[in-house]
Amino acid sequence: MSIITKLALAAGLATALSTAAFAQDLTGKVIGFSQIGSESGWRAAETSVTKQEAEARGVDLKFADAQQKQENQIKALRGFIAQGVDAILIAPVVATGWEDVLKEAQEAEIPVVLLDRGVDAPEDLYLTSVASDQVLEGRTAGEWLVNQVAGKDCNVVELQGTVGSSPAINRKQGFEEGIASAANVKITQSQTGDFTRSKGKEVMEAFLKSSNGGADICAVYAHNDDMAVGAIQAIKDAGLKPGTDILVVSIDAVPDIFTAIAAGEANATVELTPNMAGPAFDALAAYLADGTEPEKFIITESKLYTAENDPAGEYERRKGLGY
Amino acid sequence: MIRRSLLKLANPQLLALIGVLLINWLLFPNFFRVTWQDGRFFGSLIDVLNRGAPVAILAVGMVGVIATKGVDLSVGAVMAVAGAVAATMVVAGYPAPIAVVAALVVGLLCGLWNGILVAVLDIQPIIATLVLMVAGRGIAQLITEGFIVTFNDPLLIYIGTGSFLGFPMAAVIALVLMVIVTLVVRRTAIGLFIEAVGVNRAAASLAGIRSRMLLLLVYSLSGLCAAIAGIIVAGDIRGADANNAGLWLELDAILAVVIGGTSLLGGRFSVPLAVVGALIIQAMNTGILVSGFPPEFNLIVKAGLIFIVLVIQSPLASRLAPPRIKPVAKVSAK
Repeated sequence: MSIITKLALAAGLATALSTAAFAQDLTGKVIGFSQIGSESGWRAAETSVTKQEAEARGVDLKFADAQQKQENQIKALRGFIAQGVDAILIAPVVATGWEDVLKEAQEAEIPVVLLDRGVDAPEDLYLTSVASDQVLEGRTAGEWLVNQVAGKDCNVVELQGTVGSSPAINRKQGFEEGIASAANVKITQSQTGDFTRSKGKEVMEAFLKSSNGGADICAVYAHNDDMAVGAIQAIKDAGLKPGTDILVVSIDAVPDIFTAIAAGEANATVELTPNMAGPAFDALAAYLADGTEPEKFIITESKLYTAENDPAGEYERRKGLGY
Repeated sequence: MIRRSLLKLANPQLLALIGVLLINWLLFPNFFRVTWQDGRFFGSLIDVLNRGAPVAILAVGMVGVIATKGVDLSVGAVMAVAGAVAATMVVAGYPAPIAVVAALVVGLLCGLWNGILVAVLDIQPIIATLVLMVAGRGIAQLITEGFIVTFNDPLLIYIGTGSFLGFPMAAVIALVLMVIVTLVVRRTAIGLFIEAVGVNRAAASLAGIRSRMLLLLVYSLSGLCAAIAGIIVAGDIRGADANNAGLWLELDAILAVVIGGTSLLGGRFSVPLAVVGALIIQAMNTGILVSGFPPEFNLIVKAGLIFIVLVIQSPLASRLAPPRIKPVAKVSAK
């Protein structure tokens, strides 16, 4: 055996060992994160969770707030490329117009991970995208309701998100899939509450009037928790007990809905996790260590929370995140 | 005298309101059913009053501004600021009356700022108020630090959701405000001065009207009204939502004023009819909600109805109408 072969073997062994030891380690890596801005409470929570996750892994996170402007995000990405960061996370504000800057990152051999929104660009320009499955969120809510009513007839009123927005379309479709198997559960009224508390309340008031004072409504399904919080107030104003007389199920898992669940005024919420960065860091760690290609679309868990999941504790865990 | 008051009732705005309510009744037979529940009236008609109140209050302030040939685009943002101030202060432990007064003062100052830009710096109103429309929401977000600030203060909640003699507090506030402002502008010469400034500011100044003072006054009133509406909206959802409170309501308020027959070119104005305009808009909104149309149709239905109302009161339509529906001629004949 020549000395060269021995050396090569030793080097290979060393590499294998170090990979095994540090497969999930990002310590000391510099990662840039271009965030859309602070458009909503969820977005703020995503930012704080990303910072927490980075700190726990020893990542040096370079944070850039784009204030809802694509040009700022492109500038931030170019800045990250110039600094020679090890990887880039980006929550893209819009879907189009990313090809050039993603190519620049690719030429600089910097992997890019998309968080919670997709882009219209060839898939080989980014490493992976981490997002929730909005249809699954709706389906989880629907299936929970079908189990909950256990065969009894149930008229559902639906508070939709902003007309034409993708969460509104997908969460509606998912819920309809979730209740499709149960003939006893059907949507009787559906209107948009624009994802806001006040519109959710106003629309619920109208639903209560047009459903025999609420006696004909068995459950309300809201596309987000804020509308559910508004609907709960409307139900109370009508002299009914939310959570008992009318079941309340919604999506997002923001802190305020846990207060309502703890008080028995809401029944269930499906989480849109703000922890998009955790799976992204895991994928990056494996990729940077030995080039493991992650799946192109990583789907986060859509966890269902009810009164049995310690709502008061969940509230405490979430309230500091910036929701 | 009786004949004149009957003629007054036959104005296009009230006819339009009755028309919209009748359409709602056809679409939803229980629309007019009002019951007594938990010490308050309960029914779709009450919802129209309650939900229409914020825009009605904005319209009371807006009508004076528009009568001076101005416009106030900032009222929606001022609502968000006032709500944020009130909510943040009660959460910080200040007594609710102080928080309410502080929010009203902030609204007044916002209005005064607009007034100074328009009256002293002579900036065109649409641009001058656009500044605060954009900045105001940012200020509100700074105050709330981007959170929805929720509270459990009984006074604020009472302002937003309470009832007085069975009627929603918001509607009562709107009514009281409308009556006070109407009396002030019509029982004194202020209304006439506002119209004079709206028709020709230079001529009004030459005639001895302190138009600069008057502009400061109408913009401050608009800011104050926006603050009242902002407190109501925050009290209603027990929280200040800086992103969404009052969003686009400035447009509804302008529309209410225009439906109420006030000219965007200044001059002629009516406070009560602006409130009726706000009720027409809300009657449409509530009607769409109870009728069960899919939400994709909301905006089209609303636009169509508004188009019809505006056509009915267009100059051409009033020329085609029989001459007796011309209250202006009657009043001047006395």
